[in-house]
Amino acid sequence: MAQIFHRSTNILSRLTIYGALFILAGLVWAAYIIYSSPYFTEVNVARQQPVPFSHKHHVSGLGLDCRFCHTSVEESSFAGIPPTETCMTCHSQIWSDSPMLEPVRASYRNNTSLEWTRVYQLPGYAYFNHSIHLNKGIGCSTCHGRVDRMPLTYRENPMQMQWCLDCHRNVERYVRPREDVFKMDYVPPGDQLALGEKLVKEYKIQKLTDCTTCHR
Amino acid sequence: MATEPLKGSPHLVPAPLIGPGYDYATVTDKISSIVLTQKTPRSWIFGFAVAFFLLMVLMFAIGRLFLLGVGIWGIEIPVGWGWAIVNFVWWVGIAHAGTLISAILLLMHQEWRTSINRFAEAMTLFAVSCAGMFPLLHLGRPWMFYWLFPYPNTMKVWPQFRSPLVWDVFAVSTYATVSLMFWYVGLIPDLATIRDRSKRRVSQKIYGILAMGWRGSAAHWKRYETAYLLLAGLATPLVVSVHSVVSFDFAVGIVPGWHSTIFPPYFVAGAIYSGFAMVLTISIPVRKVYGLEDFITQRHLDNMAKILLATGLIVGYGYVMETFMAFYSGSPYDKFMIMARMTGPYMKFYWALIFCNMVVPQFLWSTRVRSNITGLWVISILVNIGMWLERYVIVVGSLARDYMPTMWYRYSGTAWDVATYVGSIGLFLTLLFLFLRYLPMISIFELRQLVPPEKRPTAPGATRATVEG
Repeated sequence: MAQIFHRSTNILSRLTIYGALFILAGLVWAAYIIYSSPYFTEVNVARQQPVPFSHKHHVSGLGLDCRFCHTSVEESSFAGIPPTETCMTCHSQIWSDSPMLEPVRASYRNNTSLEWTRVYQLPGYAYFNHSIHLNKGIGCSTCHGRVDRMPLTYRENPMQMQWCLDCHRNVERYVRPREDVFKMDYVPPGDQLALGEKLVKEYKIQKLTDCTTCHR
Repeated sequence: MATEPLKGSPHLVPAPLIGPGYDYATVTDKISSIVLTQKTPRSWIFGFAVAFFLLMVLMFAIGRLFLLGVGIWGIEIPVGWGWAIVNFVWWVGIAHAGTLISAILLLMHQEWRTSINRFAEAMTLFAVSCAGMFPLLHLGRPWMFYWLFPYPNTMKVWPQFRSPLVWDVFAVSTYATVSLMFWYVGLIPDLATIRDRSKRRVSQKIYGILAMGWRGSAAHWKRYETAYLLLAGLATPLVVSVHSVVSFDFAVGIVPGWHSTIFPPYFVAGAIYSGFAMVLTISIPVRKVYGLEDFITQRHLDNMAKILLATGLIVGYGYVMETFMAFYSGSPYDKFMIMARMTGPYMKFYWALIFCNMVVPQFLWSTRVRSNITGLWVISILVNIGMWLERYVIVVGSLARDYMPTMWYRYSGTAWDVATYVGSIGLFLTLLFLFLRYLPMISIFELRQLVPPEKRPTAPGATRATVEG
């Protein structure tokens, strides 16, 4: 009887039998890499906006405070996206003819909102509150990065649960004095851990890793 | 051989395990011809069509579940575990006969296991597939089922290892893996036989790939024997561990009617009980349709009926003990729970279960009943029903009468519960029909060892040859 299979089948079958576990492990690893890569998390990917708003220009160039636009960040869960009127306080006077700013003026004329592309988006099942983070000494730049150096805003952190937990489990590595939370150029002191532990006690930071802290 | 008659005590002579007149060649012919025949029997086509229709019912029910969520089932807090979990435990229980027959009976040198082990193992695999489906479907978001496994994830959380539900994932998936390996390793020599006897190129290729290059050399057989024994050793603890862990899902909870130390042994006995009932339910029609009465003999059915009786008695002891302990414990909640079971809204289920699982198997004491094939078949089906009811009483009955009367709830499944359950039977039968048609349902090479010595070929070294002319 003629052979059913070619000789090369031998090596092929050995490879698949012995390699099955490695192939499987490799697939899991590849999935992990893809899920934590910028392709999926959009870290460092600048978004196109209706108006190419530059945080770099407004914050480090003009020296605006975060709260000038994001007014509710200290009292509310939501930091707040400024109304067109906030833009127009200055832009009715300066760059008032710039074609780049036409969408802003149109928004003001027609009483319609500017539709910004959201950069930081949390899923609905995760509860998040800006004010508690600021009031317990977590600075803007801890999560949002050096916004004062971003011409177009991009996501600084992957916003995955492991990133949240990285801080929630080791908060003493990230906490800073309350009065410094809006400082973009804040540099943690050499003895951050000592300071961190002191602040955790002082600010009564607790219950950070209960499921219900975020998933309510 | 066990078939050797004992002199002087006629009723102690065991009936032969294989019909008269068979030798190596005819055993192989008979079993492999079922697979290799070009004509598919009409009864198979009809049975497969019915099973496939039920499978489509399952697909439809699951599709609707994915679209609308678990709300289409009758579950409502506090009864968060309804038919889905009942079906899960029922199917896992059924899956227990396969490994028991394959592993434990192999290690105990019970030769009668030979003609039923292959399809009992297949049945185990298919039942585990049905079982595994239900806990995943009952998750709110079934597509996230892989969260149950500890894998490198972007959430930096692990499954809760203190929860029996996680132990369950490991117990059932280990069981499925080991059963699959055991079944497949046992199939390899027979797959090679089918490959060698097949006339068509396509089937030669397919069975050739599945046979993994088996040539039946002495070295192959030596390794095979070692591997098979090792797998049997691995599978043996699983027979008791899997359903013990399933019982922890309940016993670790503090719900009255669940929180009981008798659960693990009582669940394991129940699992073997329902497993053997299912083997009987399936093997009786199969041996009739395929004319395999010479291989699955009266003695096989008799032995299985005896195991059914023995495990049925253990299960019955479990019911009695549960009731006794409820009163002996002095706990008002436990007492109330038992009374609610017997006289409450689910009393019909309870008494039907007592009838099916405690009363019906008592008929098996009689040799006449055990040798009446139709009677045996009816009993096996009643036991299957009884075991389903038992899980219903435990799961639903206990949850519906929690500590607080304000939390009481009258649960009943919806049409979608029924569709999913009946559909899972469709999945089971579809897989079973495919198995009967495309794989040797009885282990050819093991059955040949039961051929009486005078029928064996005399050439040296031919006792174990698989590949013939």
